[in-house]
Amino acid sequence: MAQAELAHGGHEEHQTTTGLSHKKLLMWAFLGSDCMFFGSLIATYLVYKNRSLGGPLPEDVFDILTTSTSTFVLLMSSMSMVLAYSALTRGNMNGFRIWLLSTCIMGATFLGFQVFEFNEFVNHEVHFECSHLEDLTKFERTFADRCDGTVDEVFIEHAGLTPRTNLFGTTFFVLTGFHGGHVTLGVIWLLAMFFYSLRKGGITPAKHEEVDLAALYWHFVDIVWIIIFTVIYLFGVFPGF
Amino acid sequence: MANANETSNHTNVDTGHPTKATYFAVAMLLVVLTAIEVGIFYIESLGHGIIPILAILSGAKFALVVMFYMHLRYDAKLLTWLFLAGFFLAITVVFALLGLFHFFI
Repeated sequence: MAQAELAHGGHEEHQTTTGLSHKKLLMWAFLGSDCMFFGSLIATYLVYKNRSLGGPLPEDVFDILTTSTSTFVLLMSSMSMVLAYSALTRGNMNGFRIWLLSTCIMGATFLGFQVFEFNEFVNHEVHFECSHLEDLTKFERTFADRCDGTVDEVFIEHAGLTPRTNLFGTTFFVLTGFHGGHVTLGVIWLLAMFFYSLRKGGITPAKHEEVDLAALYWHFVDIVWIIIFTVIYLFGVFPGF
Repeated sequence: MANANETSNHTNVDTGHPTKATYFAVAMLLVVLTAIEVGIFYIESLGHGIIPILAILSGAKFALVVMFYMHLRYDAKLLTWLFLAGFFLAITVVFALLGLFHFFI
């Protein structure tokens, strides 16, 4: 079988001044610039952290187990994407399509988690019993003055978080919303590749670079989420951070 | 539409990238690191020590994806430098803004 020519480092040799594919070079330059885009959004979130005048705050709304599950789904989608690319380069087109479709499904599942989470935040309610005020967060305590001495009284107050509620809401929704936008674009891109691969000669092992570029983009949204999950979610509810 | 015999008709391409077993091992490592992150998160006795631990675990996950799934370990060094330039500039921006707001605003 014919093999693509490999340069000394293991990568393919192209007839360009750098010996590298211009498309791939441009994709990496784009990903580097997108790092700065997300870096500025994360920085904005961090500098405005603890400056909100009112709640809800991260410790009121974040559900770490739900977000961990969505993180797991996105990590697995990265694995299926790389397996799709691997299948393509080995000439296994059916395997390529199966893994690519799996990646799309997992990407869509991640977006479903995000929609669920945003919906939960917007419709967030504070539940508390006047007999159990000790476990309340700082924001929830602001509601506690409604207890008039009746210990068995139960309150349910709507305290939704929207981009207009406070600085936390604004910076959080902008950051995670832009990441969700990137994931949405990635799902559309991968779905387009899937349908294109159904056409005879649409995507072949010889045209693997087209899939490689989409895969790089997909893995990039994964690494951005790795950082967001740690810095925004895990650090977010840590007292004193 | 798809050709039933296309698996055997197409040409294999050797990209010099790792095997499926390596990809699977990396995925399992990512899952384990995430599970450790979440587990550590619930250990209250760690106090502020949780921050460097989570940062290191997160950095390890980031490096695994970039090196193995994005193939920077196997591709040309120029691509690595291109990406790292943007990445470190982003980190600089984050710390510069944090410092600016902490000391002057």
